[in-house]
Amino acid sequence: MKYLDEYRDQRVAQKIVDEIKRTITRPWVLMEVCGGQTHSIVKYGLDCLLPEQVELVHGPGCPVCVTSLEMIDRAHAIARKPNVTFCSFGDMLRVPGSNGDLFKIKSEGGDVRVVYSPLDCLKIARANPGRQVVFFAIGFETTAPANAMSVWQARELGIQNFSVLVSHVLVPPAMTGILESPNNRVQAFLGPGHVCAISGWVEYEPIVDRYQVPIVITGFEPIDILQGVLMCIRQLEQGRAELENGYARAVQREGNPTAQSMINRVFRVCDRAWRGLGVIPMSGFCLAEEFREYDAERLFDVGHIHATEPAICMSGEILKGLKKPLDCPAFGKECSPENPLGATMVSAEGACAAYYNNGRHLISIESLAAAKG
Amino acid sequence: MCLAIPGKISALHENVGVPMAKVDFGGITREACLSYVPDARVGDYVLVHVGFAISKVDEEEAARTYQYLSEMDQLSELQDGEQDGDEAHEVP
Repeated sequence: MKYLDEYRDQRVAQKIVDEIKRTITRPWVLMEVCGGQTHSIVKYGLDCLLPEQVELVHGPGCPVCVTSLEMIDRAHAIARKPNVTFCSFGDMLRVPGSNGDLFKIKSEGGDVRVVYSPLDCLKIARANPGRQVVFFAIGFETTAPANAMSVWQARELGIQNFSVLVSHVLVPPAMTGILESPNNRVQAFLGPGHVCAISGWVEYEPIVDRYQVPIVITGFEPIDILQGVLMCIRQLEQGRAELENGYARAVQREGNPTAQSMINRVFRVCDRAWRGLGVIPMSGFCLAEEFREYDAERLFDVGHIHATEPAICMSGEILKGLKKPLDCPAFGKECSPENPLGATMVSAEGACAAYYNNGRHLISIESLAAAKG
Repeated sequence: MCLAIPGKISALHENVGVPMAKVDFGGITREACLSYVPDARVGDYVLVHVGFAISKVDEEEAARTYQYLSEMDQLSELQDGEQDGDEAHEVP
């Protein structure tokens, strides 16, 4: 496929890796922000191609992973109601709450449906006027315009049996949180390409200036990621800290203003609890007051539900780049994708699940180091 | 979850007032909402995320970057030979 196959070309990948090896003179720690990038890095073994001096740590950019346990419990409480058709993106179905997952609720007779697009929920609502159709609206800035459009269209079309449980998160406050953390190791970021396709990179410029940290907006294919790494390494080696765009075919500085304007109509910025990281001020979207009649949290009165995480899980440190999955004593033992103990194992894009699904728990750290050599 | 796949617009239509397109992903066709890329036309490549086109692929930028990357070894040899002119070798 055009714009995919050529960005997986091994020959070009090797040229970029060679250039990184020529450029680098000392160790650097880079964080890829987005879960899709983590997935690509581990799937294609890009971290093993890179010279030993490049350490990639995996960021908090998997929205399924960082959706708080209490929000999952609230979703499950709604999905268990007899008159509710609960719609969700597929990745959310097997994320466990305090008492099972959405698959379990479905097997017990709950009407749980996987949707490809939030607009599918409106079709379901129109076809089932006697049922309350609730959509679990999660995601970063990338998904916010789509989810906002479902609410906007519901109002335009007068659909009254549709509501959304909103747990949206925003990237820049999480990056700031990581940089502020006392033991921070991250020296440069591969910025989230598709988030920036929507939001642009204007909000990231103050982060670069304030923390003197290079940010390179990066795509998702192997060549994109290696290019992002090269651009970061060049900046670090030259003592520069700039915002650069390594994903120019998809991202412009202003982002997508049409999509931003829909987000601003339907949502407002609010504090948000992140699984593994806790509450980060002004780090999420919730529905604007004007759309409160579409707020499932209010309609089904689930705001009082709270939950606590298992203590053994170190996903908070992994999400901040302080630890890696193989550092965790529970990884691949008590904790696996079948029985995840925390944020980074619950979805395929989480760092722990990406390591597990690609067999990293079967490979010794020594052999990985040897492969890099 | 922020996956967005590039596909080629093969047809345009409207659904309850919303601009929609048929988008071809290497032989698989799906519908996508075009509200956020209103200037997209048949033949354009768009990045599609959860049924919404979020960005038009800039074909010139794509060609320019790709050419730069695929010629990187030649550029490096040049750079090794002449120790100046760094600017011209920056990734676009």
